[in-house]
Amino acid sequence: MKNRWLAAYAAFAYLFLHVPLLVLTVFSFNASRFTHWEGFSLKWYAVLLEDHRLIEAALNSILIAVAATALATVIGTIAAYGIWKRSAPVLEGSLYTGLVTPEIVTGVSLLALFQGLFHYFNFRLGLHTVILAHVTFSIAYVVIVIQARLKTMDKSLEEAAMDLGATEFGAFRKVTLPVLMPGVIAAALLAFTISFDDYVITSLVSGVDTETLPMVIYTMARKGVSPAVNAMSALIVIGVGALIVAAEKLQQQHT
Amino acid sequence: MNQLRTWFLAPARLLTFGFFLAPLAIVVLYSFLTRGTYGGQGAPFTLENYTRLADPLYLEILVKSFWIAILSTAICLVMGFPLALFIARSGPQWRGTWINLVMLPFWTNFLVRTYAWMFLLRDTGLINTAFQGLGLISQPLPLLYNDGAVILGLVYGYLPFMVLPIFSTLERQDPFLLEAAADLGATPWQTLWRVTVPMAKPGILAGSVLVFIPCLGAYLTPDLMGGGKSIMIGNVVQQQFTSSRDWPFGAALSLVLTALVMVLLWFIMRRGGKELI
Repeated sequence: MKNRWLAAYAAFAYLFLHVPLLVLTVFSFNASRFTHWEGFSLKWYAVLLEDHRLIEAALNSILIAVAATALATVIGTIAAYGIWKRSAPVLEGSLYTGLVTPEIVTGVSLLALFQGLFHYFNFRLGLHTVILAHVTFSIAYVVIVIQARLKTMDKSLEEAAMDLGATEFGAFRKVTLPVLMPGVIAAALLAFTISFDDYVITSLVSGVDTETLPMVIYTMARKGVSPAVNAMSALIVIGVGALIVAAEKLQQQHT
Repeated sequence: MNQLRTWFLAPARLLTFGFFLAPLAIVVLYSFLTRGTYGGQGAPFTLENYTRLADPLYLEILVKSFWIAILSTAICLVMGFPLALFIARSGPQWRGTWINLVMLPFWTNFLVRTYAWMFLLRDTGLINTAFQGLGLISQPLPLLYNDGAVILGLVYGYLPFMVLPIFSTLERQDPFLLEAAADLGATPWQTLWRVTVPMAKPGILAGSVLVFIPCLGAYLTPDLMGGGKSIMIGNVVQQQFTSSRDWPFGAALSLVLTALVMVLLWFIMRRGGKELI
């Protein structure tokens, strides 16, 4: 009896989690621009394809996320490995502090830094400052994921490899890295999502000429409903969903 | 042996120090400066940015931010615990699927999720349109742009952070303990309150921290779902750095917000840290 109540509650909770995104997706196929259903149509997807601002923002977001993920995954993985070899309390402490610092604070402090640097160097806010910010805040997440994986790793494996003549780097590359691979994939996925997701820090360090997808959605959400945003959102939901499923499949093959 | 390690740590150190710690240090410095006539900041050094926080206007926002964060965390706990319990009690072959279904909205974009609720709640949104169409209401209900909408947005955004840690403590629970409690005459409710909940305490604590911290520093949700009427500390910080152009005061506010989070975390770690690990 009690389990039946629990199952009924769970059904409600899952509806709460999924109905909003489902409704948004369904209404991206609505022929009307208003919120009553007038029949199936793909016209908002066609509108999307002609919206240069949205396309540019989407390309920016993908470019930033790919660059930041590649850099943060490599930097974070080797840093976690270094910490595993022997603890680095200051770096670790700073990384954890970064994780719990409110995003808005991280954002305004970066803005303050960049504005301060403008006085001495000739550069502007743009894609590069966004990528720099994203790499910096993603490293901590990568380190945590890799550390969890390293916990299960036997330190004597590397020692054995080195006794057999492997160099330090060789032992890392040939012995430890393959074991870490599922963790590296998970970390990269997390870094990509966090970068693609970020609005608060990005909007503060992107300057006036660079726009990302969350920034465009933000502006449109404030202005009012355009079904083109529904279409864009549906594409993001489907795209990210596909990415997760693919990553899960990949991870199952590795383990 | 240590040379490779030094090289491996160097990039992370460089970025963390250069683009996290150094910017924070600049904010600390700014918080003691005076705002210039045309924005900007300079001498003399002052504590005024901190004493201004005692202004009832800002104290009120501070207290309100705490309330919204506490309420959101409490609702997440009430909603998240039974869900975690359901997942932990379902068969092992189903658990992965149920967990993935909790995580799926979390993986999709935060702005899209917020926008999805705005699409449902606004005056011309789906709920109001549907109710008007059915003739239940003549005027749209004010569902968006209030404190309730902000809390809803926060709960929706951070519920997975509550479910996951509670689930991982419940999953490790020995099912024989429940049988033992039943054999000794406990009703299912008694077992729940006196065996399951106390043993899930580390997960409850971890989940509450993971939800409370981002809620207290929230910026985007109050901005979009509160529509400027329901302001939290994060919004005031952003205002000072953009439209108000009072960076020294914004800097002081940021540091107070960060310090509050840190003190709270330190307090919880000290009291329950052993259980968290």
